[in-house]
Amino acid sequence: MWHVVPRTAQHPPAVSAVTLHVNGVRHRLTLDNRTTVLDALREHLALTGSKKGCDHGQCGACTVLMEGRRTNSCLKLAVACDGAEITTVEGLADGENPHPVQRAFLDRDGFQCGYCTPGQICSAIGVLAEAADGHPSYVTPVASEAAGQSVPPGPSEPSGAAGGTPPPVPLTPEEIRERMSGNLCRCGAYANIIAAVEDVAR
Amino acid sequence: MKSFSYVRPSDVDTAIAAVAADPAGSYLGGGTNLVDLMKLGVAAPGLLVDVSGLPLTEVTPTPEGGLSVGANVRNSDLAAHPLVRARYPALSQALLAGASGQLRNAATTGGNLLQRTRCLYFQDVGKPCNKREPGTGCPAREGVHRDLAVLGHSAHCVATHPSDMAVALAALDAAVRLRGPDESERTVPVTDFHRLPGDSPERDTVLEHGELITAVELPAPAPGRSAYRKARDRASYAFALVSVAAALDVRGGTVRSARLAFGGLAHKPWRARAAEEALVGAEATEESFGRAADAELSAAEPLRDNAFKVELARNLAVRVLASLAAPGGPDAPAAGPAPGARPPGPNSGS
Ligand SMILES: Cc1cc2nc3c(=O)[nH]c(=O)nc-3n(C[C@H](O)[C@H](O)[C@H](O)COP(=O)(O)OP(=O)(O)OC[C@H]3O[C@@H](n4cnc5c(N)ncnc54)[C@H](O)[C@@H]3O)c2cc1C
Ligand code: SF4
Ligand code: FES
Ligand code: FES
Repeated sequence: MWHVVPRTAQHPPAVSAVTLHVNGVRHRLTLDNRTTVLDALREHLALTGSKKGCDHGQCGACTVLMEGRRTNSCLKLAVACDGAEITTVEGLADGENPHPVQRAFLDRDGFQCGYCTPGQICSAIGVLAEAADGHPSYVTPVASEAAGQSVPPGPSEPSGAAGGTPPPVPLTPEEIRERMSGNLCRCGAYANIIAAVEDVAR
Repeated sequence: MKSFSYVRPSDVDTAIAAVAADPAGSYLGGGTNLVDLMKLGVAAPGLLVDVSGLPLTEVTPTPEGGLSVGANVRNSDLAAHPLVRARYPALSQALLAGASGQLRNAATTGGNLLQRTRCLYFQDVGKPCNKREPGTGCPAREGVHRDLAVLGHSAHCVATHPSDMAVALAALDAAVRLRGPDESERTVPVTDFHRLPGDSPERDTVLEHGELITAVELPAPAPGRSAYRKARDRASYAFALVSVAAALDVRGGTVRSARLAFGGLAHKPWRARAAEEALVGAEATEESFGRAADAELSAAEPLRDNAFKVELARNLAVRVLASLAAPGGPDAPAAGPAPGARPPGPNSGS
């Protein structure tokens, strides 16, 4: 059987210069293109707060905030995030003062072994922002006008007709459960995690 | 993971030329499926052409009263878009039923359409699989196939397409805008975009190498209401066992028009034309909804362990249609596992 020899000569190299702004600090790295953001954080920047549970997007332990939005860092190639602003659990506190979500996890005992906690906390911060921006979830009741009988469409309609800023979505326990479902907890601290997020949402 | 080169072009035709020129080239969207498959060794591109920097990020109203959705619009942004929520609730709900909040922040419209099956054998390079390695056989047919197809499968493959979004798009008569090398463009209805497996299950869609999805186009909303519901083993964050996207227009107790599509039943989103035919002109009652579902599902050929999907599909379709026909309109999706679902087993990780 013949092997197709990859024509590597015509390809740019498999290593790239990558700049990541992590917790407000600029890092210039030279990384194998295969490096994920999670591995860049943990192996190259010694920021081991973000955890590797599954490495396949299934558990949420690696959740960080990228450009302010929660994302699974294990499925993001670092080279594809050149120039990105990343916040990890290490960057949340204001000096000695924990972030309100960190405080709430402590007050509510929102963990047992703590392995999923950095991902839970980053995810919860994302949830709070998404709900404040009026983003729906699968369990958000369909607003009556949104369920409406055929909204008459048409080019003449001002594009803001259904627009404006949607009102914030109240974070009920059901909403929190649905929105946090991408973060698994093997210790089963879910009840206290939901209580913690509810505290901050109030 | 195999080593690869990486480029991030800023214009569409440079990106297309780069992939078209390299048989081992692949586009990269949010990476939530491709990077996963590269880690598993299922995909091994030699060149990644990152399309996330391309200016395909807008949701724009079309002159025909529809919407054009750029291929790079994130799943979370599309689900939350005010015009999508107001006019295409089935699409918003389908997106929100998929994956998790943090995955939807990364996943793109184009990548979602092209995500690959979650068949366990496909994802395990130690096993044979016609889709991954043509000609090696389909162990799922006699093996683990509880989650796999009951309609349109072949001796070569019984996989299902996992996308929730695509099911809503199929019901809503959406189309995929494609651009190829030499500035060629074509528009393919979503119902024709994904393929049935036949004897070439390695091809999920009609996309040619080098073709780029630039947009998804939605026609003006169908009259009436639309909704998407998903039955799964857990209340959240699990792929569909069965899902239903429907748009229904009822006047004076009679169905004026109906569009229905099933997810989780086939190698592609399953547009239920036979059910639609049975619905139009029928009374808007659970009995006629059930008869319409039967008209579609009588073609089902379940495998040893997935016959439950046929009944589940019927029940879910009746429930969704009934909620659309009810005076108050569809209620919020019930949280809680599907009727007939079992507790998740060791391999059911989403
Ligand atoms: C744990 C987990 C759970 C999930 N659960 C669900 C679920 O319940 N329901 C569901 O629907 N999905 C689910 N998903 C899948 C998820 O929705 C997809 O991974 C995502 O939509 C893919 O989008 P992407 O932009 O990340 O694609 P990528 O991974 O970047 O790309 C996927 C494919 O599309 C190609 N591609 C990307 N953009 C283009 C383009 N513009 N033109 C041509 N080709 C392109 C790539 O080459 C690749 O082959 C889940 C994923 C994970 C990891
Ligand atoms: S069902 Fe399709 S994807 Fe699964 S093992 Fe068979 S050929 Fe492979
Ligand atoms: S480590 Fe990223 S989701 Fe599990
Ligand atoms: S606290 Fe142990 S995994 Fe969540």
